[in-house]
Amino acid sequence: MNTTFVERKQITEEITADNTQLSKQTKISVKDLNLFYGDKQALYDVSINIKEKEVTALIGPSGCGKSTFLRTLNRMNDLIDSVKINGEIIIDGDDIYRSNDVIKLRTKVGMVFQKPNLFPMSIYDNVAYGPRMQGIKNKSKLNKIVEESLRGAAIWDEVKDRLKSSALGLSGGQQQRVCIARAIAMKPDIILMDEPTSALDPISTLKVEELITTMKNDYTIVIVTHNMQQAARVSDRTAFFLSGEIIEFDETSKIFSMPNDQRTEDYVTGRFG
Amino acid sequence: MRKLKDNLLLTLLWFAAFLTVAVLVTIVGYIFYKGMGLISFNFIFGDYSPSGDGGIWPMVVTTIYTIAISLIIATPVGILAAVYLQEYAKQGKLVRLIRFATESLTGIPSIIYGLFGAVFFVTTLKLGMSIISASLTLTIIVLPVIIRTTEESLKTVPRTYREGSLALGTTKLQTLYKVILPSAMPGILSGLILSMGRIIGESAAIFLTAGTVAAMPSSIFSSARTLTVHSFLVTQEAGDIELAAAIGIVLIVIILILNFSATFISKKLNKADY
Repeated sequence: MNTTFVERKQITEEITADNTQLSKQTKISVKDLNLFYGDKQALYDVSINIKEKEVTALIGPSGCGKSTFLRTLNRMNDLIDSVKINGEIIIDGDDIYRSNDVIKLRTKVGMVFQKPNLFPMSIYDNVAYGPRMQGIKNKSKLNKIVEESLRGAAIWDEVKDRLKSSALGLSGGQQQRVCIARAIAMKPDIILMDEPTSALDPISTLKVEELITTMKNDYTIVIVTHNMQQAARVSDRTAFFLSGEIIEFDETSKIFSMPNDQRTEDYVTGRFG
Repeated sequence: MRKLKDNLLLTLLWFAAFLTVAVLVTIVGYIFYKGMGLISFNFIFGDYSPSGDGGIWPMVVTTIYTIAISLIIATPVGILAAVYLQEYAKQGKLVRLIRFATESLTGIPSIIYGLFGAVFFVTTLKLGMSIISASLTLTIIVLPVIIRTTEESLKTVPRTYREGSLALGTTKLQTLYKVILPSAMPGILSGLILSMGRIIGESAAIFLTAGTVAAMPSSIFSSARTLTVHSFLVTQEAGDIELAAAIGIVLIVIILILNFSATFISKKLNKADY
């Protein structure tokens, strides 16, 4: 590479300018978000616009705040007493920390966790859990939701003959896809994924990644990952977090080929982290 | 040398296990050996007569009453208290104090509870020496046990279950009712079994609150005699070891039946938890 840093930066800016023209609508708009665990600040002035029907990856070293940030988007941090938040997060025009309907927010913003966390119930009951809690009792309606959700998570063919048996008997990879089906069953707009493949073997990981790329046609996906290749494979845009700040947010190809910031480059090339 | 140590330890472990089982077998064996001769249909289901040839049915009924009433009151109160402490209360000084109090309460000798029951339920509330006074006293005795075991089993429910459920847009109550309590159920039930054991085994507190009337209780407000109190009295007054042992057999059988049915119910409730 003979281009200087300044030249690369110019190229990047040109490409960015090009892309803003064909960009999709902003789904989640975060402005000056600060988060504290007691006295300890974990997020510093985070601002980011996440586009709809895209996969946005959050990368960064352990403890950089990427998972904490992800959990602000469906207010999972509310479960921790000592958390204080200021700034605003706007989803579809609503400031989610101003409007107090957490239940509604969480039906709109689904979440898949680091480790598969299916309940000790049958596969069917796991997927039907959310809709049932919303008050849907009609059997055929539930059957339809369960089938659609399991198909949507590309696991229907593997489990259709054992819907009534325990979900905990499935392999880790299958469980994680049922977790995705469980989230889909709520018909959310946005799905948050917190290192969804960190507990899976390479083949299961690949299946989940394939699933994510097909899912972005219907959902806005925000995924936290430790795995740089994964971010490169599945995401459209990538945000690089370091010590609670977003250092750089851009198209994934750019982040991985010619990042603006030296720290981003050091991280994605594996010099630290 | 290491091998020798290993063998020595193994022998010790084996000996300890053997000792435990041996003690149990000896006691149960002795009770059955002494008491089995008296066990008959008439002995268990016959009415009591002071002459000594009657049965122990009034005491069996009284025992079952006290178990049922104490558990009917203590179970919901205990479980709700534990749920509050573990799931709702802000974990601060007050909760720590309540926890310390419940822990201390489990260690107090039952005779103290009995004295309290005799003063408060029997005299102040004017419930008299009665099954209800004894049951309320027993409720206080087993409450800490139920609260502690329920809290412990709520603690073992993985945090990921809560998060998974709440992330699906459920309320706290729905999560509690549909996910957390069912997962904690086996632990809660073992707490109830423990409490049943304490109720059946209790004698001093019952002696002071229900009295010793050896007749069929006409209602829960009558004074009556449980099996353990009866067993104590016949040993004390008549020195009738055979009769006491026969009562012991009946008690052991009742405990076994209750334990098995509790495990059975627990399995039924956890059908989903294969």
